[in-house]
Amino acid sequence: MAIAFKQETFRDDFSYRNSPENIRRFPFPFDRDEYMYSVNMEPHVKGQKGTVFESLIDVDEHYIAEMHDRALVLKEDPLRYQALPHMMTAQWDTLELLMEEQAAGYPEHFTLIRNGDQWRWINRPLGIDDTFTFGDRATLPYEPLEYITRQAQGDFCIVDQRDGNLWMDAGMVTTQADWSLDFDIGMNFMEWHGPVPLAHQMGVFERALKFLLNLQQGKPTRRFNWTMTINPRLDTSPENYPKWGPDRATVTPENVGDKVHLRVEVQTLWRLPRSNAILFVIRCYLMNMNELVTVPKWARRFPRVLRTLPPELIDYKGLTRYRETTMDWLSKYDDGAPTSPGTFPD
Amino acid sequence: MLVEGIKSRPVYRGLTIQPRARRHIFALEGEGAHALLDRKTELDETARSRSEILYLGRGSQGKGHDEALRKLGADMFFTAPTIATLLFRLKGTLATAHMGTRLYIAGTEGFIGQAMIVALDNGMDHASIITEHRGSLARRVQCVHCKGITEDVTHSPFACSHCSLPLLVRDHYSRRLGAFQGVNVDAEEPGSAPDPEELFL
Ligand code: HEM
Repeated sequence: MAIAFKQETFRDDFSYRNSPENIRRFPFPFDRDEYMYSVNMEPHVKGQKGTVFESLIDVDEHYIAEMHDRALVLKEDPLRYQALPHMMTAQWDTLELLMEEQAAGYPEHFTLIRNGDQWRWINRPLGIDDTFTFGDRATLPYEPLEYITRQAQGDFCIVDQRDGNLWMDAGMVTTQADWSLDFDIGMNFMEWHGPVPLAHQMGVFERALKFLLNLQQGKPTRRFNWTMTINPRLDTSPENYPKWGPDRATVTPENVGDKVHLRVEVQTLWRLPRSNAILFVIRCYLMNMNELVTVPKWARRFPRVLRTLPPELIDYKGLTRYRETTMDWLSKYDDGAPTSPGTFPD
Repeated sequence: MLVEGIKSRPVYRGLTIQPRARRHIFALEGEGAHALLDRKTELDETARSRSEILYLGRGSQGKGHDEALRKLGADMFFTAPTIATLLFRLKGTLATAHMGTRLYIAGTEGFIGQAMIVALDNGMDHASIITEHRGSLARRVQCVHCKGITEDVTHSPFACSHCSLPLLVRDHYSRRLGAFQGVNVDAEEPGSAPDPEELFL
């Protein structure tokens, strides 16, 4: 079934909203009434229809608008896309993976025709029909990673594997929760996770790294991460913090429903075939509190999660100024009834 | 001592002379001279004849160690007036260096970071470079907003020397940039920046 793509914005007038169907498929990340860091990884396998796991690379009604926002970010700040020279093979691996998965999941919107190394890629939503030689970067208008990630929702990092570690050596990062690719590029797994509180001491990163070093091709894995954002803004980069930081001081009991968003990242990790690098996809989903409370289970659970959050996480995620106001607003939707296990609506 | 526990910050293990190296290059800044002078007994006749010392007499206490270093009798000895000129010379030295060359860097963290970048650009592996922190704890900081670098930052917050935003100095370090990250401290409520504290002396 064809997706009805929306025309909307993630800046200025912030017209982004979720349709009722899109709310039902929102990847609510909490399977219980509390939250703490853990090595929360599971196989990335296809899920039921009407969930974001229907396809392994999810495309939804916000696709065109997100790609437009990415283009705007890159015009202002081209350093959001960077790749070190030794990552060219991994770039082609990534282009192949994203084209294959998008074409497999959404044949009415994307088509890939492979004829030896002559490939034709048709992207109907964006009006693209390009023929190129796989492996020859001169036949594409951008480097392969930039080319394909201008046509795929989510942020992307490619990490190289060497010396028993993972190195962030390429990325397209325009929809991030307050971290900088330009600053982190070239770092290893422990280094770029440096600012995260508590998790190092808990051994989370040590175990996660060990797991990833053994990731097998054809067996992608996934995890959830989450934070909150004021206004439906995709580009909450540290670079632009002076632009979006003031929003955090604008939350009042009257505007919580519209302004405060749950920001969920479905992160998938894929071993790449030629380069042996790992592709890390950070697919971001935004939902405001008015939308969230249309699902009674989520309306009960989310304020409980916010209440149990360790102070270090409140500070790190930048919730300090508006968490209380949001909990107060949400509490009128929490009648205290028990919630069912799992993340899906009842 | 430096603040422990910053995961992205390099560990400066201290100068130990590698006896088997075919060439020793010492890039020393200010108090970094002591890192070598304290180990002069490890520098035997052979090592001295294979050594090149590049020295910049600035640093936290501004005291010159030219004479003491010169007396070590290295094969080559060069004093630079500024970091930029020392790095220029280092670039030249590394460009013609052979296999078996060891690079030793000692001085303030900002100096180590910048000399390290020259070495990495020359294809050296960061793990093979021997470093020792000496002198002030002042930080080299990159403004994450305008990308400008401010040297010798002793206070946090401080005003970015390029875009003048008040920046909080974070404990997050990029080896590629040789700098800590500075983030606008009062973005959420402009004008609310706290008073600077002297944190990195
Ligand atoms: C190679 C894949 C990965 C990449 C590229 C990556 C990248 C990042 C980055 C850039 C940050 C932000 C750090 C900052 O504040 O500057 C982050 C946060 C974090 N990462 Fe990863 N990560 C990866 C895999 C994982 C895995 C497998 C785990 C599993 C436990 C994990 C757990 C976390 C946690 C808990 C945070 C803090 C998030 C929050 O509270 O908002 N990461 N990651």
